[in-house]
Amino acid sequence: MSNRSSVEIFTEWDIVAARQLGRNEAKNSGFGTVDQARITTAISELARNIYLYAGKGKIEIERLSTDGMKGMTIIASDEGPGIPDLRRVMEDGFSTSGGLGAGMPGVKRLMDDFKVESEVGKGTIITATKWLR
Amino acid sequence: MPQEVGKQYSELLRKYITHEDETDLYAAQQVSRKFIEKKISPEEVISLHKTSVEQIFPDLSSRIGPSYDFLIEIMIHYGLALMEHQSLLRKQEAMQIEMDVAVKVQDMLLETTVPKVDGLDIGIVSKPAKKMSGDYVYFIEQGNKEACVAVADVMGKGLPAALCMSMIKFGMDSLREKATEPHHVLEVINQIVEKSMDDSMFISMFYGKYVESTSTFTFGSAGHEPALLYRAAEDRFVELDAKGLLLGISKDVDFQQESVELLQGDFIVMLTDGVTEGRNAEGFIDEDVILDMLRDVKNLPAQQIVDHLYTELFKMQNYMLHDDFTLVLFKKE
Repeated sequence: MSNRSSVEIFTEWDIVAARQLGRNEAKNSGFGTVDQARITTAISELARNIYLYAGKGKIEIERLSTDGMKGMTIIASDEGPGIPDLRRVMEDGFSTSGGLGAGMPGVKRLMDDFKVESEVGKGTIITATKWLR
Repeated sequence: MPQEVGKQYSELLRKYITHEDETDLYAAQQVSRKFIEKKISPEEVISLHKTSVEQIFPDLSSRIGPSYDFLIEIMIHYGLALMEHQSLLRKQEAMQIEMDVAVKVQDMLLETTVPKVDGLDIGIVSKPAKKMSGDYVYFIEQGNKEACVAVADVMGKGLPAALCMSMIKFGMDSLREKATEPHHVLEVINQIVEKSMDDSMFISMFYGKYVESTSTFTFGSAGHEPALLYRAAEDRFVELDAKGLLLGISKDVDFQQESVELLQGDFIVMLTDGVTEGRNAEGFIDEDVILDMLRDVKNLPAQQIVDHLYTELFKMQNYMLHDDFTLVLFKKE
């Protein structure tokens, strides 16, 4: 199996497919049940954001193995409207209070490393990594 | 998760399942506290429970295992909500500290000393409804012979209001040595406020000056609540009001000025709308109630009168202040 696999997000069903892929990859990488659920939740949130705000995009999963460290990275990319106010979406309470979900701070908490690149009018790439302990 | 607490949980659960003893549940409570202390999230607790149950009932594990996985999935968001809550609490703490600094600045800016004038007894109560007050009282004394007071209500709160109050203070201080007729003081402060504050900031203010040699109280008002004069000889209250627009609305305002002579036992109550617009369960507290309260304690020293009034009105409002509450009382001895 290659180190990288992906799911295109067009419909809500694709979110489920992305979750399934992420959970399998996490399991095969040796993550425990709780971390599997965390990674899957993060994927779910990112895929849902693509579905809701960009319309379409892609979730890629990459297995990592560097310097004896194992882990996995989620890359969520879209060519949607981009995020005009990054600081605001990274603020606690911005999305959760409205019942919108865990939001970006949630994804950041679920994972170990987290990076957002976004350009208004061009799209967004979010990279999040979880390491195996 | 630290191994030690995990083991403890497992053993405790096994014990409880065997004996169903309250002692074990009490111990579980302690463990729960330790979990929170060690920041162990809800989903981790369930995972720990799952592992423990699988050890205790190996035969059941394939049948009930998935139900725990399901629960773990559900609890992930609870765990996130918990972390978010903690982070918001920390943020709130930081804001609290900033707020405390602002309150200190306000207290420092607004410090005032009650004048000592022969034959005049002065009492004051000023309680903010929230941390920072929109009410302001400032006194000026002229060598035991004159006492001036400004009682103001700034519409607007927080630091902008405090800055506004400091303008009143410096306006009054700068006029200290000159002829300080109330209408003149109001005119000058009005000009300062009109020039320096934005249009959304208004101030109502009552300004009074007591002169010992003539026992007269001269006053002016910028759209403020009328003061109350108690005439001891006649046992009745008279409203003290003078025409004048709120400060900060227009540059050129003429303020009317009035004078009364105080006789022995007479007193003047200056207040803000937090006093007159106190609310209880049935609605606004009637003005007659306040007048009766004042009458009850009219023979007490000024400070005790205002303290009494505050305590009673506070009680009537169910121990809550809806608005800043300020009372200043000048009593002729």
